[in-house]
Amino acid sequence: MRRFYYVFLLLLVIALAAAGCSQPAAAPATSAPASDTQTAPAASSDSVKLPEEIVMFNWTDYIDPDLYGEFEEASGVRVIEDNYSSNEELLAKLQGGSAGYAVIVPSDYTVGIMIEEGLLAKLDHANIPNLSNLADRFTQVPYDPGSVYCVPYMWGTTGFGYDSTKVDPPASWSVFFEPDPNSDIYGRVTMLDDPRESFAAALAYLGYDINTTDEAQLNEAKDALIRAKAQLAGYDSDTYEDLVASGENLLAHGWNGDFLLAMEDNENIVYVTPKEGGVVFVDNLCIPASATPEQKLAGEMLINFLLEPEVAARNSEFIYYASPNKAAEAFLPEDFLNDTSIYPPAEVLDKLQYLEPVGEAESIYQRLWDEVKSAQ
Amino acid sequence: MEQTLRRNPALRAWLLIAPAGLFLLIFFILPLFIVIIYGFLERGTYGGVVWQFTAENFSRVFDSLYFSTFLRSLYIAVLTTLFCILVGYPLAYFMTSRPPRQRNLLLLLLMIPFWTNFLIRTYAWLTLLRTNTGLINVTLMNLGIIKEPLPLFGNDFAIVLGLVYGWLPVAVLPMYASLDRLDRSLVEAARDLYASGGQVFRRVIWPLSLPGVVAGSMLVFIPSLGAFVTPAILGGGKSLMIGNVISNQFLAAHDWPFGSALSTLMMVIMLFATLLYFRSTALKAKEERA
Repeated sequence: MRRFYYVFLLLLVIALAAAGCSQPAAAPATSAPASDTQTAPAASSDSVKLPEEIVMFNWTDYIDPDLYGEFEEASGVRVIEDNYSSNEELLAKLQGGSAGYAVIVPSDYTVGIMIEEGLLAKLDHANIPNLSNLADRFTQVPYDPGSVYCVPYMWGTTGFGYDSTKVDPPASWSVFFEPDPNSDIYGRVTMLDDPRESFAAALAYLGYDINTTDEAQLNEAKDALIRAKAQLAGYDSDTYEDLVASGENLLAHGWNGDFLLAMEDNENIVYVTPKEGGVVFVDNLCIPASATPEQKLAGEMLINFLLEPEVAARNSEFIYYASPNKAAEAFLPEDFLNDTSIYPPAEVLDKLQYLEPVGEAESIYQRLWDEVKSAQ
Repeated sequence: MEQTLRRNPALRAWLLIAPAGLFLLIFFILPLFIVIIYGFLERGTYGGVVWQFTAENFSRVFDSLYFSTFLRSLYIAVLTTLFCILVGYPLAYFMTSRPPRQRNLLLLLLMIPFWTNFLIRTYAWLTLLRTNTGLINVTLMNLGIIKEPLPLFGNDFAIVLGLVYGWLPVAVLPMYASLDRLDRSLVEAARDLYASGGQVFRRVIWPLSLPGVVAGSMLVFIPSLGAFVTPAILGGGKSLMIGNVISNQFLAAHDWPFGSALSTLMMVIMLFATLLYFRSTALKAKEERA
């Protein structure tokens, strides 16, 4: 009977382990404790004390990690990073009441939604004097004119990257939507696991507006996505560029900076903005409404730090995304500024569009996306 | 105090269950009710709920798209359970045939995988299964055994493999427990009555270990049916299981009520499966007494 007792004990342990495992998504960060002994370095704002640490909720590989240390040295605030892999996930976490984040990095259309839903705090411009470093067109972005809630962080484009030693240079979205079972890339392709981005690719291929809410057009796009699925190894938003670099896959739908970063491992990778056009995006630094005054102050200081021309330049160079920071250009090397994968020429830029909130049509997108994902 | 407790067994019972009971009430029963209630509300455009009654979410559950996803999950969960029994039963039998000291060691070995997080172990499978750079395909191709890589990743095979791998120890334990309790003299008696090896297994060992098999199946079937990490990682995100649909409703589609309705339905199905299990074991016990 003793042995039986042990088995039960083990079962209990398993049950606990299983319960622990069934929650794989990153746990929401616990509120950063506000320190009571911390003597805040000078930086402003009345009687608000700086917290010991804050959490930055960011995309993966989207900041030069050395900058955290430098910010800590300058301010005494340690920054901890937590990651998400889609705007939808970020939005869902905030909607679900996750608190404790001091800085988040939503894309353009998501900022619009977040403002509407009251999820963002208004920035205190007095704490962000470096705001003046932004290029003019980024101070008046359509989703938040005047930088009331957010500061543009990086901008980029969505297109595709491929291994140039094994693939003939494709220039059109058709390389995804007209799969050829006899080609080398068949079965070695990924698309973004992101309904808006993948639909935008299909809509651009079909020649429709990437923000359409027309059901017939969306259905056509869905059919194209199901056709494309035949040659996909998977849907991936986090590791697709590494998989092209390692030779597992040969072609991937994704964001320009990610492919440029992967070129450090594999110089044969080439990034293309398709000739039909596609998505241009701006990711923004914002502070959630749920942040405490202490976290907000530290968040604004971090934003201000990231806007320092020299810091912004180094950060851009590290993650290979274009900086909206005009003053940073003086610190960026010539070949970086001339790289058309990072700064697309005007005629390409003209064909790119922002994703916009689609309101009620969101449920149509998701329903059709579920159909794509479950198609065999 | 002690005397009051002794005189009042009801109070004593209440005090004993109070900590666990309160915990479950606050962190399990109440949230459960929230899920059920949310299932009957309308969605907010970007998440949250609008307090307006509707039964539409539950009718959408039977939409062919979600229903077929559910059937697929069922298929994968059943396959997983079958393989866990097929592989786990002989192992459990082997373990009970060892001397007690070895058995404890074997039990410990069985638990070792749980020392590493399930997510990490699932990712580890990726490095083995990847189609073109995975260890298995690369090795087989380099040895010249195969010319084209085997389709090991991004399909049902990978999902079932990952699930069987994850839940096998859980299936073994109850089967081990019931085989361990089995009175060996019954086997000897059957042998004395000239039963063949096959007959002994079919008519003595298997029926007596059945409760363990059923318990093991339940422990594998229920989490497999709701799995969403394994299909997302090893399935390459290309195939949906019902767990993915539910997590998508919250994390991507901003449709909490529909996600709640799906969760509620899942719970009802699990409840029925469990009831079925208890009824079958209760019947069994009745038969034995008769």
